[in-house]
Amino acid sequence: MSRSVTIARRELASFFYSPIAYVAMALFLLLCGILFWDDFQPGQPVAMRTIFEWMVWVLVFVIPVLCMGLLAQEWSTGTFETLMTAPLSESDVVLGKFLGSLLFFVFMLAPTLLYVALLAMYGRPDLGPIFSGYVGILLVGGLFSAVGLFCSSLTRSQVVAAVTAVAVLFLITIVPWWAATRTPLAGFWRKVADQGVFTRYADFAKGIIDAGNVVFFVAVTGVFLFLTVKVVESRRWK
Amino acid sequence: MIEVTELTKIYGNTLAVDRVSFSVEKGRIVGFLGPNGAGKSTTMKMLACYIPPTSGGAKVAGHDIFHESLAVRQSLGYLPENVPLYPEMKVIEYLDFRGRLRGLDRQRRRERIDFVIGRCWLRDVVRKSIGHLSKGFRQRVGLADALLHNPPVLILDEPTVGLDPSQIIETRRLIKELGGEHTVMLSTHILPEVEAVCDDCVVIAGGKVVARGSPDELRQSRRMQARVLVECRGPAREVEVAMQRVSGVASVEIIAGGAQNGPCVVAALKPKDGYDVREEAARTVIQHGWPLREIRLEHATLEEFFVQVTAQQATRT
Repeated sequence: MSRSVTIARRELASFFYSPIAYVAMALFLLLCGILFWDDFQPGQPVAMRTIFEWMVWVLVFVIPVLCMGLLAQEWSTGTFETLMTAPLSESDVVLGKFLGSLLFFVFMLAPTLLYVALLAMYGRPDLGPIFSGYVGILLVGGLFSAVGLFCSSLTRSQVVAAVTAVAVLFLITIVPWWAATRTPLAGFWRKVADQGVFTRYADFAKGIIDAGNVVFFVAVTGVFLFLTVKVVESRRWK
Repeated sequence: MIEVTELTKIYGNTLAVDRVSFSVEKGRIVGFLGPNGAGKSTTMKMLACYIPPTSGGAKVAGHDIFHESLAVRQSLGYLPENVPLYPEMKVIEYLDFRGRLRGLDRQRRRERIDFVIGRCWLRDVVRKSIGHLSKGFRQRVGLADALLHNPPVLILDEPTVGLDPSQIIETRRLIKELGGEHTVMLSTHILPEVEAVCDDCVVIAGGKVVARGSPDELRQSRRMQARVLVECRGPAREVEVAMQRVSGVASVEIIAGGAQNGPCVVAALKPKDGYDVREEAARTVIQHGWPLREIRLEHATLEEFFVQVTAQQATRT
């Protein structure tokens, strides 16, 4: 576990050295700012529902870009060899990298607390749904990071990793939600969408912390981390 | 300290390492020699627990590479070929990171980092990013990393590749100093390096061990003989015939010159055991009236030995 923390620290530090991370962070905050514009209008409820609901869409693109290098870069530069000849296991590495990217996500999210402060200055926001919204977005960030890490473990190319991760996230987040309203099999797709990321996350944005939803995010994150460990282990046998 | 038994690695259809066995005693410096693609790096990667062997096994510092891989890696310093490092990190940060991965506590980390920085001449660059360092410095960072936890065994894959001549000499001296306290295994295809640094060598070609022994033993092995080179101005055919008549000469080969290169020829004489043919060869040349330019005894080199054994291996497979 202490080795995972060591890896996480290094990973977090390397995010701050990478221009791509800053670009992704700036883009994320810019889009959040635009979304907040809608919430922060006279006559609107003192809440952050719009921003929370749409943030997921932004993350579908931003997190794959952040996570694309986590393992793909280790493959392409060969640093994985140096890493794995130190006394640590594959799960230490995967867990460490996951924690590192999650921490960076927290850093990226932190400036949005300013919006809470703004709302509190000009009105009396209901802090409950804001809190649950943050819980939800952290869970989504964790899940998306795990998917990004998994896709990064599959290839040496960061571009391929990012594109694959965006595709997977589209599939589990947006596609069922979209299909439920627009396709002939709407009934079927609605059932799928109810189990999808977007619907489950929407509950958090509304202020509901449902144990089932929390378990869903934690479990799916766990599955992707487990798959990543298996991919990393199998690469050494080739 | 290192015990390798029947170690084999197959990549798909390629047999990269074929039942390699050898052992290295504590405190020895062993050169792992072979042409490119002979299986040196693959063997070292298996010993460093980076890739699992297809069959066979090995023990490093008393631990099995397969079943006790964490213990092996804890007692091993490994310098991979090309030294992959994180370019964005500073030297000091990188060493600290590696120390943490090896589980060294704060006090010990500080001591060891200070020691390896001094040992590998990194004092001036500790605050620089690794990405901005020259190849020579990066190699030293890799070496410092391998030494960081003071491991009993060091495995260095081509430690002097890409260094300039003075760095090569420094690095060799460092490796030589490390012997005794550490058991060192280094791979190379540079033969003078083996002669300069190693106590023993293991020669590998086509995935098989083809020879073992100290550099002296290899040089003196049966196949290897000294030869006498005679350079004179004369017709190649006649020189060859005349040299064959010199008593004690087993065979003659014209290795340079001859008709197309003008009148100068170089004849290589292989003497029979126990004969020194130089004086008589000189007399013969002068009797024939060919101006003698040079006559010299050439000791067998490891190079020749290397070329011989690896060429044999190539024809056999």
